[in-house]
Amino acid sequence: MLRLEKLSKTYATGDRALSEVTLDIPDGEVVALIGPSGAGKSTLIRCINRLVEPTSGRAILDETDITALRSGGLRQMRRRMGMIFQEYALVERLTVMENVLSGRLGYVGFWRSYFRKFPQSNVDEAYTLLDRVGLIEMADKRADELSGGQRQRVGIARALIQNPALLLVDEPTASLDPKTSRQIMRLIRELCDERGLAAIINIHDVKLAQMFVQRVIGLTKGVVQFDGPPDSLTEDVLTRIYGEEDWKETIAKEKAA
Amino acid sequence: MSAALDARLGRAWKKPPLIKRNWLRWSLIIGALIYFIAALASMEVNWSRVYEGLDRGWQFIIAFTSPDFGSRAADIREGLIESAIMTIAATVVGIAISIPIALGAARNIAPLPIYLICRTIVALSRALNEIIVAILLVAIFGFGPLAGFLTLSFASIGFLAKLLAEDIEDLDRSQAEAVKATGASWLQWINYGVQPQVMPRLVGLSMYRLDINFRESAVLGLVGAGGIGATLNTAFDRYEFDTAAAIILVIIVVVMVLEYLSGLIRKRMQ
Repeated sequence: MLRLEKLSKTYATGDRALSEVTLDIPDGEVVALIGPSGAGKSTLIRCINRLVEPTSGRAILDETDITALRSGGLRQMRRRMGMIFQEYALVERLTVMENVLSGRLGYVGFWRSYFRKFPQSNVDEAYTLLDRVGLIEMADKRADELSGGQRQRVGIARALIQNPALLLVDEPTASLDPKTSRQIMRLIRELCDERGLAAIINIHDVKLAQMFVQRVIGLTKGVVQFDGPPDSLTEDVLTRIYGEEDWKETIAKEKAA
Repeated sequence: MSAALDARLGRAWKKPPLIKRNWLRWSLIIGALIYFIAALASMEVNWSRVYEGLDRGWQFIIAFTSPDFGSRAADIREGLIESAIMTIAATVVGIAISIPIALGAARNIAPLPIYLICRTIVALSRALNEIIVAILLVAIFGFGPLAGFLTLSFASIGFLAKLLAEDIEDLDRSQAEAVKATGASWLQWINYGVQPQVMPRLVGLSMYRLDINFRESAVLGLVGAGGIGATLNTAFDRYEFDTAAAIILVIIVVVMVLEYLSGLIRKRMQ
């Protein structure tokens, strides 16, 4: 269970990206985080694994206050939070296998990782995950030889090999075509269900989010504006989150009718 | 049709000038012209001295038509070997020391105090010209290749660390961030998130520095720091222009071969 208590972030420039966000996300729940660009969605998930340092408030994962951890404890905590990125963020000059195995860096010592001598169980797990996402033949290809959808699958495998309790997903479909976007979202949802993972997914495509999540949170200017099941998203709610527009086509059809 | 459009239709379009204020633009252009003409006029040329020198210069050029590789062959070979050892040793030491300094001199990786220290080392190494360092080191360690080796190592550090640090500062942040998010330690983060991104640049720079170090070793010999330069210096002192021509030809060939090799390796590294 992830709990955010009055989590706030003010950047050095004075921009208040998050103000007192309070949320509970139970184990196994897949949540979509929607909101306009600059609403603080990326900041929110980065404050949870502290790639961005929150200014105040707390983030608590299974009784441990992440915000209070020092560097060693933080590294151990990061192992429990797999992150999937916009534009994949694979290390492009490393092979697919190295990218997947890099998900184990928090568990192995420096020299082991330096000489790429990961424990056999890690190697087996990496192959199993690559097989699960349909890329086992690509294991020794360099990451920059893959297509967008394939790269994101490698990104997913990298996050899962950490054996996380929580997935932080930052716009996973932002640079993918509509079909691949659905496949990636479906894959994330299936894997969360298989493993009982909770996930926070930042996403711009409201319809796509409604298809694959159990709960939607709307963020505007760093404040939670909406929190509810996907089918309670109405045009009014979208206007509250994004501002005035014609929202009829944006929401899943049967709900808009 | 809007009023803004109305006002513009039919009017020629010109790219806005880099410097918007007219008077400033023209005074800069005219000022630069005046300075250039004044600088040319201030150079004093002693034409009768130039006339005398032409003859000596011509002899030197003529020597290239009959370079003498033979009579000082042993000296040339010894000088070349000394230069090669100096060059390779200095490049290897330079790379080894410059990598940690480059990491420290990259603002996106190092905390401010370490950044300032490393940038100071880089600035110091780059501010002191090789010749000046060599004169100092020859005074301390005496004539010979040791002074040359130390000079080239010192110069390589500034060169490699600065350019590598700039490459590190340009790296793709998301790739490095993704590695950090796995719970990697700092060293693992450098090894997985940073190193793969800057490796081609490091190899290219190292090869380039190898070739610079060889060329420099020819110059450093003139101030007593050993190598092929010392051989060249001796040839000049004896007015053996044909031997000097041979040495210069050898240097040119070695530099061209190194240039070709480094190009080949850099292409392979992508």
